[in-house]
Amino acid sequence: MTAVQPFDSEWLDQDAGPVVRPYALTGGMTRPRAGQHFDLLDLVGVIRRAPQDMPQLPPEQAEVLQRCQIPAPIVDLAADLDLPVGVIRILVSDLRERGLVSIHRAQPAGIGDLKILQEVLDGLRRI
Amino acid sequence: MAYDASDHEAAANSLTAVKILVAGGFGAGKTTLVGSVSEIRPLRTEETLSERSELVDSLYGVEQKSTTTVAMDFGRITIRRDLVVYLFGTPGQQRFWFMWDDLAHGALGAVVMADERRLADCFPSIDYFEAKGIPFVVAVNCFDGVRRHSVESITQALNLATSVPVLVCDARRRESSRDVLVALAQHAITRHHGRRVA
Repeated sequence: MTAVQPFDSEWLDQDAGPVVRPYALTGGMTRPRAGQHFDLLDLVGVIRRAPQDMPQLPPEQAEVLQRCQIPAPIVDLAADLDLPVGVIRILVSDLRERGLVSIHRAQPAGIGDLKILQEVLDGLRRI
Repeated sequence: MAYDASDHEAAANSLTAVKILVAGGFGAGKTTLVGSVSEIRPLRTEETLSERSELVDSLYGVEQKSTTTVAMDFGRITIRRDLVVYLFGTPGQQRFWFMWDDLAHGALGAVVMADERRLADCFPSIDYFEAKGIPFVVAVNCFDGVRRHSVESITQALNLATSVPVLVCDARRRESSRDVLVALAQHAITRHHGRRVA
């Protein structure tokens, strides 16, 4: 760490909590666009890069876009970019609206799919 | 969970992601278990703790732990490039229940962590998973190496069906935590067969 102004260290340590309100990262949106709800494991993948003539994306959206060049679940985006899940959901719904990403819907397979269960069991035994 | 291409322009890579929940009372060892068996990262939710929570969370028997965790514990076990198990350490207190449905949707199953000194703390989790029909195992975390009760008496005390596996574990040890997850996967398979027969 470089030198910090005394009053910074006094007020802006981690215990102070987030200094930026979540809605400031989402263009003021507090929920995903109507009709869009994403499961934690829904997979987000890039369809195309932001075109040249599109107004520049806010940094958080640009980061999401960068991160899902390889499709990634919502939860991984949240953990990797250190943003709350709710913020990621909103950013993703906005990127989808712009036609930049697509969503693979997660299907509940859990206890219904014996083949997957068996593969998970065998895999866990090996770890 | 498997992914379909409901967005047909969807990317070609496929990934099967499986959710396992790790629940239980305050300080029962959820973070420890997720951390010993997977690559753990904090996952933030939008909720913040109110001042009130310090009064609500009983600290009896967990004097060592003075704060509760709002961020979920989030762990990832990569079984194959295209098969990943996600672990979610879910906040045990009832005021976080609104988050549980989100987490439980499509889950393979759950581990309920139990602290022998505070067995009653697992009741809410057990009730929840029973009501949702989600397979679960109970893992009694014996981190101090002292066992106070037999597995049978714990099964009885928690009023569990005898088919629900109860294991003693040391959540700090990777192999021990792995065995808990293996027992859960086995239990889920047994339940699956039971359903097909029924």
